[in-house]
Amino acid sequence: MFEIFGIPSTALFGQLLIGLINGSFYALLSLGLAVIFGMLNIINFSHGAQYMMGAFTAYLILKYSGLGYWPALIIAPIIVGFTGIIVERLFLQRLYKLDHLYGLLLTFGLALIFEGVARNYFGSAGLPYTVPESLRGGQNLGFMFLPNYRAWVIAASLVICIGTWFVIERTRLGAYLRAATENPTLVRAFGINVPRMITLTYGFGVSLAAFAGVMAAPIYNVSPQMGSELIIVVFAVVVIGGMGSILGAIVTGFGLGVVEGLTKVFFPEASNTVVFVIMAIVLLVRPAGLFGRRA
Amino acid sequence: MEHVADPLVKKPSVLRSQSETIGFVIMTAALVVAPFVTYPLFLMQAMCFALFACAFNLLIGYVGLLSFGHALYFGWASYLSAYSAKAWGFPPELAILTGTATAALCGLVAGSLAIRRQGIYFAMITLALAQMMYFFALQAKFTGGEDGIQAVPRGVLFGLINLKNEMSMYAVVLVIFLGGFMFIYRIIHSPFGEVLKAIRENEARAISLGYKTDRYKLVAFVLSATLAGVAGATKAIVLQLASLTDVNWPMSGEVVLMTLVGGLGTIFGPVVGAFAILVMQFKLAPIGEWVLVIQGAIFVSCVLLFRRGVIGEIANKLHIRL
Repeated sequence: MFEIFGIPSTALFGQLLIGLINGSFYALLSLGLAVIFGMLNIINFSHGAQYMMGAFTAYLILKYSGLGYWPALIIAPIIVGFTGIIVERLFLQRLYKLDHLYGLLLTFGLALIFEGVARNYFGSAGLPYTVPESLRGGQNLGFMFLPNYRAWVIAASLVICIGTWFVIERTRLGAYLRAATENPTLVRAFGINVPRMITLTYGFGVSLAAFAGVMAAPIYNVSPQMGSELIIVVFAVVVIGGMGSILGAIVTGFGLGVVEGLTKVFFPEASNTVVFVIMAIVLLVRPAGLFGRRA
Repeated sequence: MEHVADPLVKKPSVLRSQSETIGFVIMTAALVVAPFVTYPLFLMQAMCFALFACAFNLLIGYVGLLSFGHALYFGWASYLSAYSAKAWGFPPELAILTGTATAALCGLVAGSLAIRRQGIYFAMITLALAQMMYFFALQAKFTGGEDGIQAVPRGVLFGLINLKNEMSMYAVVLVIFLGGFMFIYRIIHSPFGEVLKAIRENEARAISLGYKTDRYKLVAFVLSATLAGVAGATKAIVLQLASLTDVNWPMSGEVVLMTLVGGLGTIFGPVVGAFAILVMQFKLAPIGEWVLVIQGAIFVSCVLLFRRGVIGEIANKLHIRL
């Protein structure tokens, strides 16, 4: 063990790890928000609630069918993504011609409904969800102890983030998506079913949130309010990064997680607020956001 | 916003040309009679929230800016009002002034940051800043953390009127509410208000006409925050309590809901919405967490089915302004 700036290295690296974990969730959630915003022009306020739904779906799958973490990691995002598709078809679709603010208000209402239902059936206290057998234990890296599950979370979210970036920026499907974001009418004229693409994009964004929720379940408890406070921080992350760039969302997410972790070491009182303070500074210095274009 | 030919020009009748005055007289009369019919404490609380919603509506309804963090001004005004009355022994008028000044200052800082971005970002920034101030309130010593500031003395107004008397307190709250309401009415119908509406309709056009829209937006923001502060500071004296609930994000959501239900951009809508939501919460309190679900459902149905809100729909049917 050694010391850095008078802080024991284990504490420093431990918080750095927690920062990376939080950053993974910020990145996954802000990525989903950016993807949805790009296509639907709606800020999905229910994103946090859908993250919570992912965790609860995993919990219920375990409770009622006995299927563990790995199947849940696939099934839960599909189920929650499907509810997202229903939401888009039933509600969001009617709002595209209106002011963007109505999308925000509607999804806020949905978030209240989801959270309220969860609180009624499961109470406000958290429910435990155990780490899968195959990821128990950890590695001693010499300077710190790295639990396997946490390493997996960081690696998995990196892969998902980069995969999403690759699909959107480097494939034909992604090219259609980007084209439809720029000019939906023209893309439709080429024979591409833009409304369906919009629906599926929303479903995908929502299932990203649910995926993050399943991964979060063993780390944080599964609780109805797990999404609502997180989503506000993610909004700040999105303001800092700007939603114009997928890569920007990912980098900002991880970066802010780390900054938050370090703040916990050096100035613990500010760890809750540091992301918001950074947001204020970025607004002063670069109002369009770090990766944003001036609208 | 649609441009309908002004109905006032077509059919000049007393009801149409004076609809706002008539509405104001009815509202005032109802509020004067109400404490003899139902709980004064509930009415006072409702008036505070109604003023809060009117202040919020000044931004969303007349400048088109959705602030999702208005709990900041309401809650912090409430804290400072409660603290100055309890710890420093301020009389109620000074306590309310202290709370209001706090809200104005917070509004100036938050507003000048938030107006740097438009639309959806504006909403996210205001929400994030409010959450930051929520954490400060949670950690600061003087706010009493989870307990809040309890047993705030109501005091003696101007050294003359003892506010422990429920009816005196009611009269004071009524005067504050009506004063705030008329002030907002004056703002909306002033040349300054016309510029705000121009910004709402088409900001680029307003800029090209030579208006420094950022300044107008900031002044509107500070006014809105200040009035929300008056509401919060008064509420702290009325209920003798300031707590984390006042400053947390669900409060910001609630004021949006009240205004949406009543009617965005209508004068009386926020008042009706605030009373409606408070009555609902009061009646539904026994069913606990379902209130959250019902609020969510109201949000969704308002956005999908009646975006004009209760008062907006009535005004639209009768072709009058309310």
